[in-house]
Amino acid sequence: MYSEWRKGLKAAVPVIVGYVPIGLAFGILASQQGLTVGTVFLMSLIVYAGSSQFIAAAMMATGADAVSVISTTFLVNLRHLLMSASLSQHMKKFSTKLQSIISFGITDETFAVSGSYVQNNIATEGYFLGLHLASHGSWILSTVLGGIFGSRLTDTTKWGIDFALSAMFIGLLIMQLKDKKGLLVSLCAGVLSLILRINLNDNYNVIIAAVVAATIGVVTERWSK
Amino acid sequence: MEQIVFIILGMSIVTYLPRVLPIIVLSKTEAPEWFMRWLKYIPVAVLSALLVPEILVSENVVNLSLTNKNLLAAIPCFLIAYKTKNLFITVITGIIAMLILNLIFAYV
Repeated sequence: MYSEWRKGLKAAVPVIVGYVPIGLAFGILASQQGLTVGTVFLMSLIVYAGSSQFIAAAMMATGADAVSVISTTFLVNLRHLLMSASLSQHMKKFSTKLQSIISFGITDETFAVSGSYVQNNIATEGYFLGLHLASHGSWILSTVLGGIFGSRLTDTTKWGIDFALSAMFIGLLIMQLKDKKGLLVSLCAGVLSLILRINLNDNYNVIIAAVVAATIGVVTERWSK
Repeated sequence: MEQIVFIILGMSIVTYLPRVLPIIVLSKTEAPEWFMRWLKYIPVAVLSALLVPEILVSENVVNLSLTNKNLLAAIPCFLIAYKTKNLFITVITGIIAMLILNLIFAYV
């Protein structure tokens, strides 16, 4: 049991190394946009999803309403469905209670680690809990530290940290573009979102553009068959 | 303040459901195949939909000129992301690029 926990904790190391700079950046940005350290802590504790936290903080700063923030968060985090679906095949023996605890810790990064681990190993309760607790703990800690640190910086825009979010989107996007259909969906979503943003000037451009572009992707798949 | 706590609670619920439901449900039923394929496009679509206006729009106008710092900083990010496939190096590149651009714009 302890050795399984240890395996999980070890597997969390690259995730933690990745989370710390992004977490600090989030804390700094969020506090710069007027969120308190307590709010940052609460968000990292119960939402725990990097890019959606950045987006929510940015939307809140522009005065977006609750429905648009929550629905955008839902769409941004909907991708966890696929990871959860994939992991479900390796958690059949776990109790529903344990499944519901472990599933809370599914993120792009923990899934990148655990998803490949379960291909060649039997993943245990200890492995998942060790990986997820260490990863989640490092996210909470780094975002809160960023929040404390950030609230003492008056103008971080001159440091370039305000571009961290766009840079993260670029990195995630490039890593997820694997074929022409992905590129087509990406271009459709980008152009549509741009047009909607200029003309509607509200925060629904992302949701509408993403849903339409993903549908275009599925439809063109049928045509090309 | 209450409004923010309400938003965070809502975010928490809508984030948790897609994480937990497939694991609990999928052992019993199977999602339609087209839906799974549709879902696969969602991350790329959402990221692009967020990114493009972020880079190209300043003060509600599309700015494709050399005065658009976000657009200029995005160029090295795309190159480094493509070369390294590393999220964190890409983020650091973006921050450094913006830092340099801020310095240049301050003195030109």
